[in-house]
This record gives sequence, structure tokens and C-alpha cells, in this order.
Amino acid sequence: MTGASKGAVIIGASAGALEALSVLLPPLPAAFPLPIFVVVHVPSDKPSVLADIFDAKCNLRAIEAEDKEPVMPGAIYFAPPNYHMLLEDKQNIALSNEEEVLFSRPSIDVAMESAADVWGDQLIGIILTGANQDGARGLQAISAAGGMAIVQSPDGAYARAMPEAAIAACPQAQVMSLPDMAAYLSRISG
Amino acid sequence: MMETFEKIEDIEIRLLLEALYHRYHYDFRDYAMSSIKRRLRQAKENMGLATISAMQERVLHDPDMLPQMLRYLTVQVSEMYRDPSYFLAIRQQVIPHLRTYPSLKVWVAGCSTGEELYSLVILFREEGLEERTLFYATDINPDALHQAEAGIYDAERVRQFSESYRQAGGKTSLSDYYHSHYNRCILDKSLRRNVVFSDHSLVTDQVFGEMHLISCRNVMIYFDRDLQDRVVGLFKDSLPRQGFLGLGAKESLRFSTHANAFRDFVRTEKIYQRTDS
Ligand SMILES: C[S@@+](CC[C@H](N)C(=O)[O-])C[C@H]1O[C@@H](n2cnc3c(N)ncnc32)[C@H](O)[C@@H]1O
Repeated sequence: MTGASKGAVIIGASAGALEALSVLLPPLPAAFPLPIFVVVHVPSDKPSVLADIFDAKCNLRAIEAEDKEPVMPGAIYFAPPNYHMLLEDKQNIALSNEEEVLFSRPSIDVAMESAADVWGDQLIGIILTGANQDGARGLQAISAAGGMAIVQSPDGAYARAMPEAAIAACPQAQVMSLPDMAAYLSRISG
Repeated sequence: MMETFEKIEDIEIRLLLEALYHRYHYDFRDYAMSSIKRRLRQAKENMGLATISAMQERVLHDPDMLPQMLRYLTVQVSEMYRDPSYFLAIRQQVIPHLRTYPSLKVWVAGCSTGEELYSLVILFREEGLEERTLFYATDINPDALHQAEAGIYDAERVRQFSESYRQAGGKTSLSDYYHSHYNRCILDKSLRRNVVFSDHSLVTDQVFGEMHLISCRNVMIYFDRDLQDRVVGLFKDSLPRQGFLGLGAKESLRFSTHANAFRDFVRTEKIYQRTDS
């Protein structure tokens, strides 16, 4: 692979994440041109099965990121339990075991802020269902860097607190249902 | 073309790290920038400074600022028996090999406040290998090293450590190795009998001996890829054939230029063994 892809997608989700991601990710076509980073609040004391689940369900390859994992277009990277996932540059993921942020490690804010630094206006940030405030600050950072901010509509969300906090912090965000989001992403082409 | 200009903050960070290197010989220049940037932003906020350049001015002229800077630039997060399965694998799979040597050297590189070191010392004692083992515990953060030497931890944290100790195959109760004083647990000082604590940087210092086991968990994640290669090279040169290297749960030699100097020993636990090449 030469050079980095044209942009990236980063998704944060908490309570209800599995169902929401199951609507959003499987419809994406095998030729989806961007890397997708996913941060879900998972328990820190046991292995996560998310990457395996979505690798089986999706047209795209899903992997749990390890430190300095190379970023490939059209691959889905899940943050591992008990580590923050950061974007070091357009080619590399970096992990960190710094303190929890808002009681979370991985933290959606940490991942989104670093992604905003790296990808700037080429980034799409998405906040899905969740019962806390994580991601609000991160989405704001994405928007401030010129990226696109999208939030799952709180009415359709399993837990509305996280989408609501994201909308409050980032009022310019587009609010969408999951199927609309899937359709929107599927239209992105290289 | 905006793109071709480096962001001001990135320039400031680069200059600050350069200043720290030239003034104090602490070399963070090849660390993973995403995490450094985050922690320097926190430092800037907590110190009430307007810019990172202002921080540079302060730290250049005021050596008393250095310990505070080091607290931000190094990440002091540790636990005893963090990832119990790692320590269980050391106990069940690595120890039987180590048993065949008459004397042993173990290096805990980036030992922070000592939790990983003491986890190993206790494990070696329970396996009857402590007497023949010399442990080296190294770090660049002097405050962390002092705490490691003291071996005193909050009782509340120790409750969690005890549970992990059990899951890691501990043979008695962790409380056999410490006594409590108010809400502190003070580790038995006999655990330090065979330990050498020392200031050693994986970035700027050299190999200091031949080791049988190197445990370096969640230290290299803070380095960029080239620096990781340098450090893995250092480990490679410190390990004889069949020596062991243990890394953190989500670290890997897959992306290293030295990958073929090692083979997976316990793949799931990131325990590697030195090969001939
Ligand atoms: C997250 S802690 C890991 C502690 C311990 N190994 C564990 O797994 O619990 C990282 C440690 O690496 C140390 N460190 C950072 N740069 C270093 C260097 N160049 N040489 C040696 N240690 C370093 C830090 O001071 C810190 O104590």
C-alpha cells in the first residue's frame, strides 16, 4: 500500500453498542475506501469478542488493534479492552494505558481528539447509543478541526444520554437514524 | 497550501522535547506523539500556561520544574499481576525452562512504581528460584524508582492485586508478603534482597548484561516505531539464545525489524523466546 487513504471514520458507542453497530457496519460494501476506528466501552478485565463478531458479519475485515498497528483503508479497528486507542498518524495506531477518562479506558474522547489532530477535515466522527457523556468532547474536536460530526438520533437509541451530550456539545452535528447513517456511509467512494 | 506547514503546536512540542534533551538529557523526541501531545496539553492546562512555548521557557530555566514535567511525560500506571494470565504463563511455561539454569538474571525494564517487579519476585520465590536470581528494576523516572524501592501501596489497590495474584496462580495469600499500616500495605523488605534498582533509559543507555528474562510491559507503547526497533534491538542483544522477552497484552513484535530474532513462546501472552538469528 502506498500513501494514506483519503479520510477516515471514527465511531464511539457504549450501552447498546452491539445492536447499533450491527445495523451500521454490515451493510458497508467490501470496497469501502476508508479505515474505520471503533471505540466501545468494554469491560477491562476480559478479552473482547467485538472484532471477531464483526469480522464474521461484515464485508470488511475487523480487527482488534495492537500497538503500532498499520492503518489500512477499508478495515475496521476496534480499541482493545483496558487501553486507549490513539491515531499516531495516518499510517499507525498507538495504544496507551494512561488513566481512565470519564471512567473509561478505552475513551471515545481520547481516540476522537487524536484522530481529529491527524485527519482534520477528512474525518467523519459518529456518536452512537450510550449512557454517559464520553465522546461529546471528542466530537466537538472533530467538528472544530473541520471534520464531519454525526450523532445517532436519541429517540432511536438504546441509551440516549451519550447522543444527547454529543448534540449539546456539538450542535452543528447531523442527527441521523442508523439506517440513514449506513446509507450515507455506503455512498462514500474512493 | 496550508497542509505543508507544520501546526504551531507540533512545532512547539518538538522544540520543548529538544530543549529537555539538551538541558537535562531526557530524550522524549522519538516517543509516540499522539500520547505526548495529549499529556502536554493537560500539563499546559494544569500549569495555567497559555502555550507550550511558555512551558519550554520555564523548564529550561527552572530545574525544579523537571520532576513535574516527568510526571506528565512518563505514564506511571501499574498494577501487581496486571493481566493475571501473563503471570500464570510465566509460572507454568517459562519457569520450567529457567529452572535448568544455576543462576538467573531478570530485567524489569520500565518498572515504574514496582508492581510488576514484586509480582515476579513473589512468583520466583514461590517457585523456589528467588535465591538464585538477580532482579534488575530500571526506569527513568526517579520518583517512580523511589516508590518502587519503598514498596508501599494503598490497601484499596492491594485488594485488587490480591485477586489478580490468585488468578495468576499464587500459592498462598498475597497478605503473606506485606503488613498493613493504617490504609497502607508495606511489602516485606526481604522481597528486595536480590533486587538492584537503577536509573536506566531504554533510549539513551546501553545493554548492561545478559538476561534470562526481560519483562517490559506497556513501556514501548509510548515509543514510535523506529524507537521501538532500537529498544527491541537492545533486548535482542541482552538475551542469549532461548532467553525470554515478555511484553504488554497488546504489544507485538509483528511490526518490528527484529521479528525474526524471536519466536512466539506463548503467543496469546506476548511472551517471546530468542532464536539463533
Ligand atoms: C505504563 S508504565 C509501565 C509499568 C510496568 N512495566 C507495568 O507494566 O506495570 C511505563 C513506565 O516506563 C517508564 N519509561 C518511559 N520511558 C522510559 C525509558 N526511556 N527507559 C526506561 N523506562 C522508561 C516510565 O517512567 C514508566 O514508569
